[in-house]
Amino acid sequence: MTRLGPHLISIDDLDRAGIERVLDTAERFAEVSGREIKKVPALRGRTVVNLFYEASTRTSSSFELAAKRLSADVVSIRSAGSSVDKGESLKDTVQTLSAYDPAAIVIRSPHAGAAQLVAGWTPAAVINAGDGKHEHPTQALLDAFTLRRRLGRLDGARIWIVGDVLHSRVARSNILALRRMGASVTVCGPPTLIPRDIEALGCDAAVTLDRLHEADVVYVLRMQLERMRDSFVPSLREYAARYQITAGRLRPGQLLMHPGPVNRGIELSADAIDSDQALIGDQVKAGVAVRMAVLYELLVGSPVLAAVA
Amino acid sequence: MQAATVVLDHDDMRRTLVRIAHEIIEKNPDGAIALVGIHRRGALLAQRLHALTGELLDTPVPLGFVDISFYRDDLAIRPSAPIVHATQLDFPIDGRTIVIVDDVLYTGRTVRAAVDEVFDYGRPARVQLAALVDRGHRELPIRPDYVGKNLPTSQQERVNVHVKELDGRDEVTLGPAPQQRAA
Repeated sequence: MTRLGPHLISIDDLDRAGIERVLDTAERFAEVSGREIKKVPALRGRTVVNLFYEASTRTSSSFELAAKRLSADVVSIRSAGSSVDKGESLKDTVQTLSAYDPAAIVIRSPHAGAAQLVAGWTPAAVINAGDGKHEHPTQALLDAFTLRRRLGRLDGARIWIVGDVLHSRVARSNILALRRMGASVTVCGPPTLIPRDIEALGCDAAVTLDRLHEADVVYVLRMQLERMRDSFVPSLREYAARYQITAGRLRPGQLLMHPGPVNRGIELSADAIDSDQALIGDQVKAGVAVRMAVLYELLVGSPVLAAVA
Repeated sequence: MQAATVVLDHDDMRRTLVRIAHEIIEKNPDGAIALVGIHRRGALLAQRLHALTGELLDTPVPLGFVDISFYRDDLAIRPSAPIVHATQLDFPIDGRTIVIVDDVLYTGRTVRAAVDEVFDYGRPARVQLAALVDRGHRELPIRPDYVGKNLPTSQQERVNVHVKELDGRDEVTLGPAPQQRAA
């Protein structure tokens, strides 16, 4: 399964060798971003459609840049201002866009399973850019890339994922990816925000930060206020008091990550964000190179020949 | 089916590279050159030319490598994405004479891709081409400036360049194409 494809819906689409291959390719693309002309012709003449049904800055802009730096033609559609506003269904939208013969459709949706559905409606390669509470595989790949660059290897690394695990697709994809790369993962947060049976994914669970010092990497999740319809925590102040990661709670040498956007003063304190232990800027930078690698691995090569080989 | 015949042995290869190094320096008296090898065997040959030209000049010339995977013209018709190596051109290209180094010059498509890639880094004064073996059958208007050996071949033959770093020995052989060998 070393070769990625035909879609990237879940980290489960990749084994360890497949993840390593994407990260290795991303290293080469990181070099492209340092050139005078930050562009290579690998996807010249092909079209990539970005379909975003949910707010996004980092993911949408980095997918767009990634496709452009591969010389693809890019169409970016956000649900606001498109025919989705007029009530067009996801299926109709995808089939309409497929008429333009895109090589890939990148989809972000508030509904789990949307990317999987889209893959059944279009001949294009489908890349999941976040589907509800399910998965966000390219985020996990860029996090693995960032960590591998910093640590050399992930084998044996102890990673704590802290915060709103329940609503987090980033947590799910990261648990799968980081464990596959040899790291051990502990999730931590208020009991109401830790999904039942999360251990089935192969991680530990903790409800206090008491053992946080054991971690090599502290990966803080965003409180997903927009997904909370009930009160999962008594108050944000109470949450911050017990679970906020501050510079004082970090042990020297621990690395700090966050997928963004940060709720300053809720899950992370300002002094932690600005500390030199934070890799948050590196994560953003990795986004373009890793997404270029995913597009390259998925789209280069003929699917017909690959099926024969 | 004939066995592979040796075209250049270890000593021939060394002498050939020494000659090419001299020619490069003769042809570029201003010395503003840089060697750029095409991954993988071209990169290793560029390293050797770098050492040889370094002995002849007082200061070594800049050395770089290109991986042309992203620039190939057959990306859409290959079964899968090629594995990519590092492109490394960490010196200013502008105004310099770039000598592209490859092991075998054949259709010229690889060189075309390498030239395109170099231009994405800047505007060289001149681009020259050094190849250990020129086997003919060009499909593009590309010619070498420095040739180790002109080797007329048929398209059914295969030129194998072996280098010590990868293959344990320095040798160029001419043999039947792999698909014939399998038959």
